Amino acid sequence: MNPTTLIQLFVFLLAGFVGFQTISRIPPLLHTPLMAATNAMSGISLVASLVLAGAHDGLLATVLGTVAVACAMANVVGGFLITDRMLAMFKRAGADKMEGAVGVAAE
Amino acid sequence: MRDTLIQIAYLLAAFLFLVALRALGKPDTARRGMQLAAFGMAVGIAATLLNARIVSYEWILIGSVIGAVAGYPLGKWVPMTAMPQRIALSHALGALAATVVGVGEYCNGLSAGELGRGHVVALGFEVLLGGLTVTGSLMAFGKLQEILPGRPLTFLGQNAFNLTILAIGVASLVWLVIDPSNVVVAGVMLAISLAVGVLLVLPIGGADMPVVVSLLNSYAGLAAVATGFAIDNNILIIVGALDGLSGFILSVAMSKAMNRSFSNVLFGAFGSAAVVEAAGPSTAGGEMMSITAEDAALRMAYAEKVVVVPGYGLAVAQAQHQARELADLIEKRGGDVRFAIHPVAGRMPGHMNVLLAEAGVPYVKLVDMEDINEKFAETDVVLVVGANDVVNPAAKTNPKSPIYGMPILRVAEARSVIALKRGRGAGFSGVENDLFVDPRTSMLFGDAKQSLITLGLEVKNA
Repeated sequence: MNPTTLIQLFVFLLAGFVGFQTISRIPPLLHTPLMAATNAMSGISLVASLVLAGAHDGLLATVLGTVAVACAMANVVGGFLITDRMLAMFKRAGADKMEGAVGVAAE
Repeated sequence: MRDTLIQIAYLLAAFLFLVALRALGKPDTARRGMQLAAFGMAVGIAATLLNARIVSYEWILIGSVIGAVAGYPLGKWVPMTAMPQRIALSHALGALAATVVGVGEYCNGLSAGELGRGHVVALGFEVLLGGLTVTGSLMAFGKLQEILPGRPLTFLGQNAFNLTILAIGVASLVWLVIDPSNVVVAGVMLAISLAVGVLLVLPIGGADMPVVVSLLNSYAGLAAVATGFAIDNNILIIVGALDGLSGFILSVAMSKAMNRSFSNVLFGAFGSAAVVEAAGPSTAGGEMMSITAEDAALRMAYAEKVVVVPGYGLAVAQAQHQARELADLIEKRGGDVRFAIHPVAGRMPGHMNVLLAEAGVPYVKLVDMEDINEKFAETDVVLVVGANDVVNPAAKTNPKSPIYGMPILRVAEARSVIALKRGRGAGFSGVENDLFVDPRTSMLFGDAKQSLITLGLEVKNA
């Protein structure tokens, strides 16, 4: 096993640990936005597909890369948009009854 | 220098993603957090474009435009009720990207003649996990969208067959590691991974979909991790690990809430509920007592504390808005209304919260199961709308019941219960519900949406 792989395993381990701690604290209230959010973030696989599509490694590789770019980009654009749309719906109080919000805050 | 710059950009992106996940812990901070994550994504993508391996941009541009055009409606136009299938679809897209990159990198390595063992291990996992996630998610999408039949499709020896196929897939991965340039084995592995995805989801019914969608989320994340190892990219490893873990945490939460073990969902105890059904006659016996809408409305109008328990039936009837209007009317009269959300109330983790938030219910009114369960004893009226198993006391009291042990909303502790129900028959799962024959429970029969509208009118007039 070469040293790079070893370092990558460290990164994987630590990211997993931090992720577990962070994600466990997200309340069930926001589990659907969480799934949409991780989906959007996983679009970072663009870093791999962009290189494949842009490097001239033969037609097959370029076409496959382009397909991957399209898929990942759809997840990035769609994922961030829908997460934002959902999160915008979670309001502390309905806009038309702000006195209710005061009652809740006083609780 | 350029490489260092790219890596620093990735570091920043990874940091911003973690900040965003941290911010998702609270509804107040979540939105701002995700905007930071989007910025991080933009930085990451821009940095990647500087990569020295990229020699031309026209294909990148084509792919990006297609993706953006496809992604926009996926983000803006999909209705909230369709969220589960939309998420399943995007798992398929993400996994397809990983799989295709895996195949592409393999072809590159093959033609350059430089396929190392470690490289092939990573690529193999990438394709294996990616492939099964693609077809599995498409199957889940089809079932949720009702293009495919939602009922479980089973055949004799299914588990043995699936495990054999999976074993062949793993064996071909091992073979490929020993003999990296064997294209036939690589092809077999790809085909098998695609087949496994279909076979995996085939026997799973609509009600178990939340677990499957979460699990596929996890696989998609792991495929991204494998991609990261294959192309030596730390940010992919980090994001993949976050994605995979989040999916895993959600699937565990979902299986717990459904009283299923993981293996139980995956290896076909589906329909076993129907087998046990004959056992455990309801302990309470007795008759359901019906109530008129007028009386029910009076009781709610003068109640101090009301808890609404929405079930999947509410979402099916598209009655979220009516439920919210009813709650508003009761609150206007001075009552306090909360919504009790069981983890599997919708078709995916947290789905019911989104549906109610969309209808305009403030999130402070949406209370998780653990928190609301302590409050039922001091609740005057519980209104059960289209929920059945998640409020069935048999889960606590009747060891013979198929749902015994499932965490439930302890509605039976409330002073009185009004249940909206279509008819007198047993619910979707076929399990008798003792709650409905409890002396403190009154039944209001009829269509959920219509009943809620009538209740609203009566409360207004009360």
